[in-house]
Order: sequence, then C-alpha cells, then structure tokens
Amino acid sequence: MSTLFLYLFLGLVAAGLVGALVSVAVLGQTVARAVRESRPWSVRRSLNGLAGRLSRHRRRPVAGLALMVLGLMLTGTLYAAFAPSSSAGSASSDEELVETGRNLFLVGCSTCHGQNGEGITTLEGDQLGPALAGVGAAAVDFQVGTGRMPAAQPGAQNPTKPVTYSDEEIKALAAFVASLGPGPSVPDPSDYSLAGLSEEEREEAVSRGGQIFLTNCTACHNFAGKGGAMPRGGNAPNLSDTSAKHIYEALLTGPGQMDTFSNGNLSPEEKRDVIAYLYSLREQPQYGGFDLGGMGPVSEGMFAWIVGIGSLVCFATWIAAHTARTSRRKDEAAA
Amino acid sequence: MSIDTSKVAETNSTAATAKKPNRAGAIAEWADDRLGLATLAKKNLRKVFPDHWSFMLGEIALWSFVVLLLSGVFLSLWFNPSMGETTYEGSYAQLRGVEMSEAFASALRLSFDVRGGLLMRQIHHWAAMLFVASMMVHLLRVFFTGAHRKPRELNWAIGALLLLLGTLEGFTGYSLPDDLLSGTGIRAADGFLKSQPIVGTYMSFFLFGGEFPGTDIIPRLFIIHVLLIPGLLLALITAHMLLLVYHKHTQWPGPGRTEQNVVGFPMLPVYAAKAGGFFFIVFGTTALMGGLLSINPVWMYGPYDPSKVTAGSQPDWYMGWPDGALRIMPNLETHIWHHTISWNVLLPIIVLPMLMFTILLMLPFIESWITGDKRDHHLLQRPRNAPTRTATMVALMTMYGLFWAAGGNDIIAIRLHLSINQITYFMRAAVFIGPVIAFMITRRWCISLQRKDEQDLLHGYETGIIMRSPEGGYTERHLPLSPARAYTLTARDRDPDVLGELPGGPDANGVEPQGGLASRLAGVRHRLRKLMYADNVQKPSTAELEAAHHHAEHEHELQAPMEGHAADGHQFDGHHLVEGEKLRADD
Repeated sequence: MSTLFLYLFLGLVAAGLVGALVSVAVLGQTVARAVRESRPWSVRRSLNGLAGRLSRHRRRPVAGLALMVLGLMLTGTLYAAFAPSSSAGSASSDEELVETGRNLFLVGCSTCHGQNGEGITTLEGDQLGPALAGVGAAAVDFQVGTGRMPAAQPGAQNPTKPVTYSDEEIKALAAFVASLGPGPSVPDPSDYSLAGLSEEEREEAVSRGGQIFLTNCTACHNFAGKGGAMPRGGNAPNLSDTSAKHIYEALLTGPGQMDTFSNGNLSPEEKRDVIAYLYSLREQPQYGGFDLGGMGPVSEGMFAWIVGIGSLVCFATWIAAHTARTSRRKDEAAA
Repeated sequence: MSIDTSKVAETNSTAATAKKPNRAGAIAEWADDRLGLATLAKKNLRKVFPDHWSFMLGEIALWSFVVLLLSGVFLSLWFNPSMGETTYEGSYAQLRGVEMSEAFASALRLSFDVRGGLLMRQIHHWAAMLFVASMMVHLLRVFFTGAHRKPRELNWAIGALLLLLGTLEGFTGYSLPDDLLSGTGIRAADGFLKSQPIVGTYMSFFLFGGEFPGTDIIPRLFIIHVLLIPGLLLALITAHMLLLVYHKHTQWPGPGRTEQNVVGFPMLPVYAAKAGGFFFIVFGTTALMGGLLSINPVWMYGPYDPSKVTAGSQPDWYMGWPDGALRIMPNLETHIWHHTISWNVLLPIIVLPMLMFTILLMLPFIESWITGDKRDHHLLQRPRNAPTRTATMVALMTMYGLFWAAGGNDIIAIRLHLSINQITYFMRAAVFIGPVIAFMITRRWCISLQRKDEQDLLHGYETGIIMRSPEGGYTERHLPLSPARAYTLTARDRDPDVLGELPGGPDANGVEPQGGLASRLAGVRHRLRKLMYADNVQKPSTAELEAAHHHAEHEHELQAPMEGHAADGHQFDGHHLVEGEKLRADD
C-alpha cells in the first residue's frame, strides 16, 4: 500500500519538475527578448505575442492533451513547492506503524493488557497486566527489547529472556503504545553518548555519574552493578551487560519495583553520566584480580574458607603425612 | 673395655683444654655466658611434638597472624587515619574530584599509587579472614578430640578470648578504610550500641565523641586496631603457647603412647622444619590469594556517605552469623515511658553473641561438671567415643551455620532464584529445629560407629572373602585386627555407669542427703550424665574379647577344609566360553 503511494507521489514530483522547467524556459526566453530590446513596454508586447501564438493553436487536436499535461505539471510543481515532503511521508507511515503495532499487540499483548492497552484486572482485584496509556515508547522498547515482555508466566518479576520480536516489530509496538497517551519516547543514541566532550569533561562526567550511581542505584543494584535481592523473589538485575539504551529507558520508565528517574529528578546529562560510569567499570581492568562475582564480603568469605582454609588443611595433611626421614630408613630396613 | 690411659695428663702443665671453638660456638658461648639460654634451649629444642594433620590447624592461625603483623606494618606506613576532608586527585579516574576523608584517600593511594600496596592490602585482608577461620577450625579440632579437658581448660578459655579479640580486630580493620562498606558497618555498630537500654546512647556518644559519625571514630579505631588489640592478641598468643609447652601436646592413643609420655619428633630439627615450612606455605597461600583474588575493592565502594548504601552490605564472614540473626529477627519493640527498647536489635546482636560466647568459654567447665571427671587427660578421644559431646558441638555448628547462611540471605536469594522472605521465614524456624536434628543424627551416628568398632574388635574386620558352606550358605570371612589396631581401639576409658538411681535417704553413716538447690542441681546433673553416657557402647572386656576370639578360632577351624577351594559353579562366570565345562559335582 504505502509503496504504491510513494511511486505515485514521486511521479507527480517528476511531472511537476518537468513542467516547471518548461515554464521557466518559455518565460525566460520572453524576458530575455524583452531585455535584449531594452524596452520595458516590449515585455507586455511580447507577452501579448506569446498569448496570440498560443491562442492560434488552441483548437488543434493536441491542445487538450498539452493543457492537461501542463495542468498536471503545475499542480505537481505547486505541491512540491508547498508541501513539506518528509513529514508528509512519515505521517502516512507512522499511521501504518501504529496499525502494524496494533495488530501485533492484539495477538501478543492484549490477553493481559487489554485490546486497547487499558489493562485487565482479575475478579480478585489483581492486575493481569497494567494499563499502558502513558507508559511511552521507551517502556515498550525496554520491556520487549530485553525479552521481559511478552511474559512467559505471571510471577514475582519477569526475567530477561531471548527477545521475541524483531526491531521493526518492537518499533511498531512502541508506536502503538505511544499512541495511547503521551509518555517518554525511545532515547536517541546522542542522549547517552559522551561524544563531543573533551577528555577532561568525560572524566568529570564519569566521576559525577559514579557518585550519582552510588547515591541512587547501589542500594538495590550493588556497588558494582551486579544486582541485588528485592522482596518476595524479585531482584534488581545485574547491569554488567545491559545496553546503554535500556539503562536509559529503565531510568525513564522505572520498570517493576524500580523508581522512575524523570528528567526533573535526574537530568538527561546525569543519566548519561551514570551510564558512562557503568561503562567505565566494564572497561577498567579488575585491579585486584578475580572479582569473585562482585558480590561483596559473602563471596569473599566463601573463598577464604574453600580456597584458603581448604588448601591449607590439605597442606597440613601433606606435611603431617611426610614424616621425618629417620623412620623412612627404618621402614626401608624393615622391608 | 680397657681405657687408654696414655693420654691422661700427668701434670697440671698439660691440663686438657678445649680446642679453639668455632665461630658459631664462640658466639653461642658468649651469649650463653650472659643470658644462660643453653639450659632453656637444651630442654626446649628437644621438646617432642606428636604428628597429626589436625594438630597443625592452630599453626595456620599463628602463621597468618605473623603475616598480618608483617603486612599490617607495611600498610600503616601509608595509611592516614584521619577523617579530615580532602578532594581525591590520585590515579583512580572514576573518583577524581570527589570529596572524601583522608583515610579513604590514603586507602586509595595504597591501592593505586603505592608500589605493591594493593597486593599488601589484599594479603592483609585475606590473612585476616584465614586467621579467624583457622582459629575456629582449631577450636573444633580441640573440642571434638577432647583436648579441652583438664588440665587444658584455661588454655581453652584463652583460645576463646583470642577468637573474640580476633573478631573485634577484624571488625576494626574492616572499618578503617572509611569506604561505603566500612561506614555502613560502623553505622550498624552504632545502632547496636544504641539498642542497649539506657546506657546505649551514652556508649555511642562516648565511642564516637559525639553524634555519629563525628571525626574521632577512625583515629580511635586505628589505635585499637594497630596497638590495643594486637598487643592483647600477642600477649594471649604467648600465654597460649607457653601453656601448650607446659602441658605438652596431646596425642592420639596407640601402642607406646600413654598419659605420661609424648611420642613424636623433637622440635629441632624435625618440627622446626615442618613448622617453618608451614609458615612459608601459609604466607605463600595468602600472597597467592592476595595477588589473584580481589578482596574489598574500596575504589568500587567509594567514600562513605551516610546517605548511601549498597546491596550486599555484609560484614566479613566471622561477623556474618550475628548479622544473620539480626536479619531474621522478628520486629519486636517495646515502648516504655517514651523510651524504645529494640528487642529486634538487642536480642540478636548483643544478647545472642554474648550468650554464645559465654557458652563457648564455659564448655570445658560445663562438661567436667557433668562428667565429674577431674583426671588429667593427655590422650585424645575420637569424636565417636564421646557421642553426646560431639553431637553438642555439631548442634552448635549447625546453629552457627544457619545464622551464618541467614546473613547472606540476599546473595542466596539472587543466586538461587529464591524469595528473600521465604528464606527468612525458613531460617526463623531452622535455627531452632536444625540443631536438634543435627544433635540426634550425630549422636546416633557416633554410637553406630562405636558399635562398628566393637564388632571389629570382637569379630575381626571384614575381609571381603565370601565363603560358601557345603549346605550352600554364604558367609563373609572376618579376620582379627592387628594387635596395634586393637590396642588403639581399646585405649579409651570406660564410661561411668549412670543407669542407677541417685541414692536417696541417709547414707551408710546416717548423713541425710542435701536438700534444696544442691539436690535439685544433683538431679539435673544425674539426668545430664545419663544423656551423656547411657547409650554409649563400652569397649569389650577381656573376657568378652577372649570369648569372641575363641569363637572365631572355632569358626576358622570349621572353615579350614574349604580354604583354597573355589566354589563350584564359578566356572560359568560369563567371561569365557563354557563349551566342555561342567560342574565338578558331576565328576
């Protein structure tokens, strides 16, 4: 459908362009002649001449056809001149996208979220799926793009799993949900990129992001972003492999038990800095050696007992088993 | 044997003089003339130690303490125990420009800008973990083998104090770098102090020099960590070792080993080499761990700030069990006259550890009160030969382990995909039920092992040789234990007979039995003695052993004709072709 419209439109533009060229050529000829004769009134005279010449041919068989072509050209030229071509294109394709999204939504999401994303409440008053008006495209891109949605089963928290939908389908779903009510849109890569900052500014951004992270995020996600437990079987996920876009979207939309960090709470720059800090942790070497999972003192204690005490007890057994040489000689003598 | 008298001096002028001593000898003599060490050395260098792997567990603690002293001195050369504020400008980019205390800045400097500093920090920390852990393993060995009995009760008490001080030393060290974890720990400790009714707030203000956190706590903890507790530890370790030398080391029973002697190798050269070698192994292990395994990455935690906290905020492992008790404690509070008594903090973190420590300290005394055993013991007991004592310690270990696991409930929840709430509910019951189950299982297990020993003594060990009688019955052939093995198994005391009732009424001299509390205590003691001993299996008497051996000999006589004859039918074993084979009975 949309491709047919596109071709028609392109044809119209081309026709308009040809018409415009011809008009300009004819007009230019006339004006040039007038200027050559350098008599201002002669412009009107030559225009009259032009009209007379055209009028002479007006009843010719091709005149009707020529007029129609001219009319079409004029319309196309005018259209091309006055209609902003790009927005006109996305307007029609956005509607297409929303329509595609709606179809996907009806199949994959409406069982829990309702056919219009209004949410479904069970008879007991539990929520099968929340209402989606106003959650925005960012929420959809996060939930579907990380595989949390569509949910395999109801539970404490939807785990990440292999992503079900293609990027185009996620975009369509996001467009549909975004059409239900205003909400945060999918962030642009420039929102969370440090590109364009000087080396010094980048370092400041990372250290600022670190302090914001330690203040706002570590209470649940742990100091190294390795995740932590939440009540009733929930968990704050490990951030070690989460993409910058998804971190940004999570901050914007507050999935699950997470707080929403609106732009009034954490400015876009601060969000960017937090992401930069997390990425800097991934890039930096493990200064102290194997990080034992970055879980803090519990894993350290486990290693102290298993590796430390375990190996030392083995060594003690070894030392005690190797007794002084005197007795070995005795044994050899006895043997 | 004739004596060659030709070399004997006849006059004073040719009196025998010592040859010119060698250099080492000369130094030794010079020192001995002034210090009189020869007699001491002569006695102690020949001191005999018995050989067993489990006797070296305490040594791990000793050597890791030496590693702690060495690495600790290194750290103290750079660490700045000050809460003065500074802006970090060191090598770690992520924290550059961040306001922090000088203590934390110097910990970062040690980690990133002092050559070998991070390695030393990690060696120090790992050695601290191993120090406390090896003390506990050593404690278990001592208790399971009965080495805490008279005359070593006081050394047990010193050991328990060492464990307590080692834990406190670890906690103060954990708190020094002033990172997020340190500060959270100190904040928690502040809460623990304040949970004590009436005195709590005063104690907190006294410790912190005002309201938390103030600026005094790090310098104070530093002096406690590098001077006060290490001094006490050194003194107590010395006392512990001196008592060890004085009591002499315990040994396992066996041929030639009695309560009066110690069988083993002398200090020099054997034990000096073994113990010295073990020191290097312990040092090497801590160095390897320090070099390869990250511990307490303070740069990740960042400076302490009371507004911050991190998931996975746990103490080091040895404080994990009171932390676990705190985590699973139901939320109990009492409000009296505008004063809150926080039972939810007070009970698990103040009362419970104090109670457990008191029990630990008193264990040898409680045991000797129940057993009434006032004899000296230098021969060890196998854990199975004191089933109730072994079961008691296993029950305590189970309780400890469950509290400990509760302290890591969040890590368990995320790693095993469980609900932290369910873990908490489970633990609330398990810390009481678990030890009881562990006690019963261990006790019965020990008694079963005793029965097995008795069987081995009376009927010999199982050879794995299956005998088939002419009637077609199958038996396993048992052979008598070697005399040395049999000696070792029987080298234990017979438990007192506790099955009788406590005597009532006036005794033979017409003295009335004690009344009141004393008599009630005697009743309790009698019941405990019954629990302790009644189900134990005693070693067989001489008569029983002889009867059993006689029986075995008779049986062997009966079996003698069958010796060397393979049972018929085994030729059809499926391993080779059977064509032409037939049963011998058919011949």
